[in-house]
Amino acid sequence: MRGILKKLSVLADRKSVGLAVLMALATVIAPRSASALVEIDITQGNIEPLPIALPSFSADGGDSKLAADMTSVIAGDLKRSGLFNPLDPASFIQKNMSVNSTPRFGDWRQISAQALVTGTVIKQADGRLRAEFRLWDVFAQEQMLGQQFYTTPENWRRLAHIISDAIYERLTGEKGYFDTRIVFVDETGAKDKRVKRLALMDQDGANVRYLTRGEDLVLTPRFSPTSQEITYMSYGGADPSVYLLNIETGQREIVGNFPGMTFAPRFSPDGQSVVMSLQQGGNANIFKMDLRSRQTTRLTNSAAIDTSPSFSPDAGQIVFESDRGGTQQLYVMNAGGGEAKRISFGPGRYSTPVWSPRGDLIAFTKQHQGRFMIGVMRPDGKGERILTEGYHNEGPAWSPNGRVLVFFRDTPGANGGPQVWTVDLTGYNEQRVETPAFASDPSWSPLID
Amino acid sequence: MFKRENAVQGARWIAICFAVLFAAACAQTKPDGLATNVKPGTGQDFVVNVGDRVFFEEDQSVVNAQGQTTLANQAKWLSRYSQYTITVEGHADERGTRQYNIALGARRAQAARDYLVSQGVNASRIKTISYGKERPVAVCNDSSCWSQNRRAVTVLNNATN
Repeated sequence: MRGILKKLSVLADRKSVGLAVLMALATVIAPRSASALVEIDITQGNIEPLPIALPSFSADGGDSKLAADMTSVIAGDLKRSGLFNPLDPASFIQKNMSVNSTPRFGDWRQISAQALVTGTVIKQADGRLRAEFRLWDVFAQEQMLGQQFYTTPENWRRLAHIISDAIYERLTGEKGYFDTRIVFVDETGAKDKRVKRLALMDQDGANVRYLTRGEDLVLTPRFSPTSQEITYMSYGGADPSVYLLNIETGQREIVGNFPGMTFAPRFSPDGQSVVMSLQQGGNANIFKMDLRSRQTTRLTNSAAIDTSPSFSPDAGQIVFESDRGGTQQLYVMNAGGGEAKRISFGPGRYSTPVWSPRGDLIAFTKQHQGRFMIGVMRPDGKGERILTEGYHNEGPAWSPNGRVLVFFRDTPGANGGPQVWTVDLTGYNEQRVETPAFASDPSWSPLID
Repeated sequence: MFKRENAVQGARWIAICFAVLFAAACAQTKPDGLATNVKPGTGQDFVVNVGDRVFFEEDQSVVNAQGQTTLANQAKWLSRYSQYTITVEGHADERGTRQYNIALGARRAQAARDYLVSQGVNASRIKTISYGKERPVAVCNDSSCWSQNRRAVTVLNNATN
């Protein structure tokens, strides 16, 4: 990785983290080294995870369980990313670390730690939590990062994720994605009588809450990139339709007044419009609705199934799937509609395209010879790579930093059902996200502000 | 193929018998024959004696010859019992992606609807809906189940059984 020096100025400008929602405040504790040795080259395929030591945060006589829990959430985040190898605390030589003293670096070198995190979390007299951490470069024997936060006790998990993001960003040079949530469809009941509910969880599977009760069939929730809103499809009305739901207020509304079924919604990058399919007889066409003016625009007009539209991050183009050529394939058109260019040409069927927030890749589902795969290709269709393959993998969605894909994996038969998985962009590091029941259609939130 | 259709018919017949057991009037019928004491013009009559569904090939929405016969019989029955409006429900099997299957189910419902209209059913009596792959009737991991799920089902909106 290049650009650690550049990262320093970014961190110095780091705005108060989640000030409005979290009441947390990040303050830089001490100047950081400009000569750090620790870095992760994340451009490679199979990465050797960086050995990192995370001794339990100290509680200074306070809630030591909370301090240990926070430390384990941070270690869990870093481990699941596949880029870090949190070392076994039993191997630690130096015990009872204090955030305020310089570590005995030799003790940490001896167990091959390259990075070390020390921290403390204390409940203050005013009821708030104060957390502080330092990230150390064991070989350079220098502090790389130090921050301090204040928040309310119920936000302790978010605070842990924010610290994980800070560590991740400092060591990789990329934004983190731990202080985020995933909206998904919770599935219970027999396969031929499934009850589906919209649900929300932290990216690590914690704090599940349900947004609908299960009376109506709900599908394909998608997070707004800019607000606490999701758009999804529900069978609750006269026609199955696309809805908007504010997850803070619970306010719900139908999107547009279309003459027929609407489905496959997704927000534009500015969150101000929704693209979706409208079913017209045997054909599905793509429409856009501006959420402020309520104006709708037709973007495709073909005797085919055009669906699963997804904007490029600069909002200039839309990728979608269409069977206009005979089978499902991926096409790119200008965001205003018009002529579309086919980009997928490999053997099999391509569907559910979704443009990376970095802009450089499009993820998709691919079906070939009875197998369902998740893959990526460049927007010009070149450079196709399959990241995972099996009986049924479907519906990728990007982490907000464009590094990780979340998707669902289904298993066959009467007792089979979908589970949520993540995979690194390189195709390595598949991880299941634990959910209370079967779960499908995951979509990642932006970093919470 | 034919054998499978009979199995479906049989399963449906059993379900109907369960539904009317409380009335102690389970229809006397064989899976491959016409019910003898189903009341004509009822929902049960439609399902048992006419057939409420047609099936499709993988990723196809063409109504085949067998489906055309079923739909023609549905049209005849609907012209006799003109009090009914119908909803044609389109479905797909689980071996596809969700959004596409929603549209594919809609295309199948539309194909069945168009055939009913061609057989004289007034279009204003027909509504269509697609459930994509969300409402399978057969749940095994086998093409015999998937083929039962690729279907368009004609549902009487105001039926009394």
